[in-house]
Amino acid sequence: MKKLVLFIPLVLFLAMGVFLYKGLFLNPQKLESALEGKPIPAFQLERLENPNQVITNEDLKGKVSMLNVWATWCPSCKYEHPFLMVLARKNIVPIYGINYRDERGAALRELSRLGDPYTENIYDKDGRLGLDLGVYGAPETFIVDHNGIIRFRYAGPVDQTVWTETLYPMIQQLQAEAKKDAAS
Amino acid sequence: MRQSLIKFVGVFVLVLSFMGVANATPVDTYQFKSPENQQRALSLAHSLRCPQCQNQNLVDSNSPVAHDLRLEVYKMVDEGKNDQQIVEFMTSRYGEFVLYKPRFETKTLILWLGPIILLLIGLVIGMMLLRKQRATNANNVELTTEQQQELDALLNRDKK
Repeated sequence: MKKLVLFIPLVLFLAMGVFLYKGLFLNPQKLESALEGKPIPAFQLERLENPNQVITNEDLKGKVSMLNVWATWCPSCKYEHPFLMVLARKNIVPIYGINYRDERGAALRELSRLGDPYTENIYDKDGRLGLDLGVYGAPETFIVDHNGIIRFRYAGPVDQTVWTETLYPMIQQLQAEAKKDAAS
Repeated sequence: MRQSLIKFVGVFVLVLSFMGVANATPVDTYQFKSPENQQRALSLAHSLRCPQCQNQNLVDSNSPVAHDLRLEVYKMVDEGKNDQQIVEFMTSRYGEFVLYKPRFETKTLILWLGPIILLLIGLVIGMMLLRKQRATNANNVELTTEQQQELDALLNRDKK
């Protein structure tokens, strides 16, 4: 019994060691979004292509969709862009762009030069919608269900790996949920 | 020699005074309604973490997000919102993560109470060891006169 007591420090040390070792491989930049499970914040913003047309949060309801926060000043968005083009061609899910703290002219020029993967583009000039979404850097991608509830946020550029491993399974599941709701 | 020393001290003091200025200015042109508001807003912004540059608070960070957020904090203070409302605004968007001082709740219990518990364990172990030592000290061996003399001789050896 007495000898067992002597092992307590070793056991404590090992337990700490395991936790700290695991901590080495965590990415502190990866933050859980505080908005997962909450509805898209209310907004009323101009369309990027046409200042006279207004998009609101109500317009995003009814269908599973992907919100993609992007800007012309954001290098990772350029990296992500070709993959978004591929996705848009597959026509799996509508991709709404949120043009975040950007210039309308520059954004439109970029889209006409490199191609436009977005179903619609929301012009968030002051970054107010971005702030309400808890965006801390572009690009960020939100998955929204058919009720307009944010289900997932991915911070960083979306590529084939992220898409096949995380986003696509989730979208498929949500689309199945939406179908079930529509049937009942 | 002396003059150069005075010069050196003078320059040093001058540099120090500039450092103070540099630290005190988050370069925003925001006009607060009152000095009290300014003080409250700054202390609040100091206690909130920038979601992008994670080891800086909202005032220190130059990132665009931090800029937006601190202006938002300043505005809300001027609108008369209380600290709790402002903190709620931030955490509902960016999560508990932005609080430099975590809230006291079940999932942060270990964070808040851990150090106290560790201190208590340390104290208990210390007390136990102390008591043990006292117990062994209590049954000291008595020295015989001969041994005592030898000890004295040894102790005094270096004094001579």
